[in-house]
Amino acid sequence: MDARFIPEPVHLIRFAPELLLTVFATLIMVLDPLTKEGEKHRLGILALVGLLAAAWGAAVAAANPGTAFSDMLLVDGFATFFRYLSILVGVLTLACSFAYLKREQADSGEYYALLLFSIAGQCVMVSANELIMIFIGLEISSIASYVLAGYLRDDKRNNESALKYFLLGSFATAFLLYGIAWIYGITGSTNLAEIQRVLSNRDIAPSVNLIGASAALMFVGFAFKVSAAPFQVWAPDVYQGAPAPVSAFLSAGPKAAAFAIFLRVYITAFEPIADQWQAVLWASALATMIVGNFAALLQSNIKRLLAYSSIAHAGYVLVAVTTHSQIGTAAAMFYLAAYAFMNVGAFAVVTHFARQGERYVNIEDLAGLGQRQPVTAALLSIFLLSFIGVPLTAGFFGKFYIFKAALDANLVWLTVLGLLNSAVAAYYYLRIIVVMYFHEPSESVADLQSPAPGIQAVLWASAAATLILGVFPSWVLDFAGKAALK
Amino acid sequence: MEFFIITGIKAALVAFVLLTTAAYLVWIERKVLAHIQLRVGPYRVGPHGLLQPLADLIKLVTKEGVLPAQVNKFYYLLAPFLAVALALVSISVIPFGKQVEVFGYKTYLELANVNLGILVILAISSVSVYAVALGGWASNNKYALLGGLRSSAQMISYELPLALAIVSPLLMCNTLSLREIAEAQAGFYFGLIPKWHIFQMPMPQLLAFIVFLIAGFAETNRVPFDLPEAENELVAGFHTEYSSTNFAAFFTAEYCNMVTISAVATHLFLGGWNPPLPEVISNWIPPAIFVGFSLLAFYHATQTSPTRPWDKYTFPVLGVVLLGLAGIFTLPLLRDALTPLFWFAAKTGAILFLFIWVRGTLPRFRYDQLMKFTWTFLFPVSVVQLLATGILVAIVN
Amino acid sequence: MDAILFLIFAAIAVGCGVNLVVQRHPISSALSLVGVMAALAVLYLLLGAEFMAAAQMIVYAGAIMVLFVFTIMLLNAGSERKTDKALFARLFGVPALIGFIVLIGFLIRTLLPKTENVVFGTFTEGTARGVGLKLFTEYLLPFEVTSLLILIAILGAVVLARKEI
Repeated sequence: MDARFIPEPVHLIRFAPELLLTVFATLIMVLDPLTKEGEKHRLGILALVGLLAAAWGAAVAAANPGTAFSDMLLVDGFATFFRYLSILVGVLTLACSFAYLKREQADSGEYYALLLFSIAGQCVMVSANELIMIFIGLEISSIASYVLAGYLRDDKRNNESALKYFLLGSFATAFLLYGIAWIYGITGSTNLAEIQRVLSNRDIAPSVNLIGASAALMFVGFAFKVSAAPFQVWAPDVYQGAPAPVSAFLSAGPKAAAFAIFLRVYITAFEPIADQWQAVLWASALATMIVGNFAALLQSNIKRLLAYSSIAHAGYVLVAVTTHSQIGTAAAMFYLAAYAFMNVGAFAVVTHFARQGERYVNIEDLAGLGQRQPVTAALLSIFLLSFIGVPLTAGFFGKFYIFKAALDANLVWLTVLGLLNSAVAAYYYLRIIVVMYFHEPSESVADLQSPAPGIQAVLWASAAATLILGVFPSWVLDFAGKAALK
Repeated sequence: MEFFIITGIKAALVAFVLLTTAAYLVWIERKVLAHIQLRVGPYRVGPHGLLQPLADLIKLVTKEGVLPAQVNKFYYLLAPFLAVALALVSISVIPFGKQVEVFGYKTYLELANVNLGILVILAISSVSVYAVALGGWASNNKYALLGGLRSSAQMISYELPLALAIVSPLLMCNTLSLREIAEAQAGFYFGLIPKWHIFQMPMPQLLAFIVFLIAGFAETNRVPFDLPEAENELVAGFHTEYSSTNFAAFFTAEYCNMVTISAVATHLFLGGWNPPLPEVISNWIPPAIFVGFSLLAFYHATQTSPTRPWDKYTFPVLGVVLLGLAGIFTLPLLRDALTPLFWFAAKTGAILFLFIWVRGTLPRFRYDQLMKFTWTFLFPVSVVQLLATGILVAIVN
Repeated sequence: MDAILFLIFAAIAVGCGVNLVVQRHPISSALSLVGVMAALAVLYLLLGAEFMAAAQMIVYAGAIMVLFVFTIMLLNAGSERKTDKALFARLFGVPALIGFIVLIGFLIRTLLPKTENVVFGTFTEGTARGVGLKLFTEYLLPFEVTSLLILIAILGAVVLARKEI
């Protein structure tokens, strides 16, 4: 056998986070039948241990950067950043889930196993150096997400959510796969660096239209996964219907991983034809911001509002992708990390507040939260202010770096329109704060218990992270800047 | 051009032999079942009922072909055609013997020498589910539909252990071509034990052989897995509504599939055409068998009963024919061509006999037992034995 | 010879594909798809990808499509009902189709770079051995990770289909 194909130990080390996650997920599945009913949360603790182990694995892998398994994987700073982010989102989601699953009497090992598998898929995605690996990682993450979205099988909203997510998601993945097939047909390779090398070669200029077509097909797939316009329609229904912790997970983890592969593919493989796709991304970024923000103005359901806000934030990140510069990439990475914290935090409040069967998910139900539970309301306010981009919060520096990168790339109009959008967004975020503090308390807050320990931990951690990133952005930004793709 | 002529001749020959075998298999089955149940079996048409298959054929062809009301005509007629066509196609990749020389033209005793022989057989067997499922569905009859559904579920389920059982002999000889598989099993351990895969050292494939046979029974819808046509539950299952030639097509397909499965089992596990003993001895076994049978025929000629006056003449004729066959097998030139064919036919026949024997002995499974059996027992067993074989092969290499 | 076979089976594949859309009964559509798969398998064979051809038959025609047919039969899905087509479809359906085909034809003729003709029989890596070597050397990781994908699909099906959570 050819010696270069025999996996060396260092290859396994570079693949360590995925391996650890898979081992723990499988262990959970094996232990599930052996665990008594009512003690399933122990499996959740095991999942937490698995995530911490995976984080350790990611650190070990980061110490041994390079490619693995005949160039299928590439462990670099970029991959490590997103691996950490995915695992972190997993930890936060897990902490929210304990109380939620207990409340809905749906605690089972499969939930934790699916969560770990989904994160493993995201880790594969972000460290993939190859279109086939990207596709497989995306599918692992997506299929686990589809099932998680419909996890409470007897709940109609869950069913609707899972079915819509599954049907539209499969359709989008088919586009992505078709684009990959085209690219392979044109360049004869699925390796990103190799594709870039072939596309830089001016001898193949006649087929540049075909390359544009395949980039467009892949854009459809990616745009769906990051919920960018015009492929965002699934997001509100899915986030509204899915269990609240799962919505938090979907809008932070898989979305960040999808952005990671979006960035990697477009900034490495398709960089030579950047002048072709930049205009498309420009339009999509603008449309995404407008659709997200203006639709969010009309929402009365808080999960749906957060879903539209998630679309709008995807639009801001797309602005950073449009710049296709190193500083833009770093800005996108910073923004995704900041958004993950504030978003999971906001959804944690929803998880806590909605109570059994997710009865209280209207914005009006929050009325009086400021008096009844001032701490929770204050933390939610921090997240909402960070969404708006108020200084001293992570959201401020996120937006600041993105629009700075856009100005550096001469995207003046996109910057102006993006800033106007942020101003519109302030309205609906502030409305929630107004309802919480200044409206007459509704009966929905009367019997509200104090948050479960897990949710409290998530709230405090997210709020702390949001504020720290807002005061010392350089801690993450430096890492992102070093790790950003060139 | 020569290629087309030779292939045409071979195809016609194979189809003729296979269909005749299938027809006489029915006769043998009825006879054996009868003897198991202490009956006589077909006896009236020809000596010992030997012309019974012909009579059956004439009966089936001349009967009225009923087209029930409200059936989906196209699929109703497509199903039996599909069944018999696929059954005939799958036999085309099975080699029957070594290379032979006919009038100076060297050829292999097989229709198509395909590198992927075994995969082709798997592909065709997996597609032949459609015939049964469509036939059941198009008949517009609830029993037929249930039979068709049962059969598709059963065939899909049993295909897994079947395929896994096939893989382990493939691991040993490192090829997918049935010819090379058979050739790899030539030779003897200590000059005595044949190197067939069921005796293979260090990992005798006995378990894989048994799994293959069980799954093969299910794939061909034979007792004890004949749920698709369980007559006490479903009248006649998927072919309830079929009559005349359409019914004959299903019937033929079933027996052809039995022959195919037996032939594949022979190649994969029983050494194909390789003799069970070193050639010094084994070359004399076929003539000895024929001589023995001819002596038996001569003995019976002297024991005629008054009710059967013709036996006085037919038995000596049979004895002479058998002696002639024995003579042919001793001629050095023909012996080399025919002995492998003999051993191949003998092993295939033995497995076919097993099919009939089981039918005469075992009761039918219940449907849930059938499914439970394959998924919770047969499938894990085949996985484990494949793992064991794989590890041993890796160690030995 | 190869070219003739290619044309025949390509025509069958396209014909079955059109039939798949035109047919009203789900069973007919499903079986047309089987026809497409079988014709594709022959095309693979012509190109020298024999293992792919066999896998195409075993996996797609023999396993996946059987499940489709099985489900259609179990649900006893009837023929699709004919609807009054929308005004747009009635007026512009056929012209739009023709326009689309012309557009595609034009694009293929003008945009595609000059390619060499396929020579049948030049590709010899498509045997079981060739595919296996690729899968277990260069594509080892995707091959192994795919098993994870399948495991998750099974787990998901179990979660969504079992009796109680």
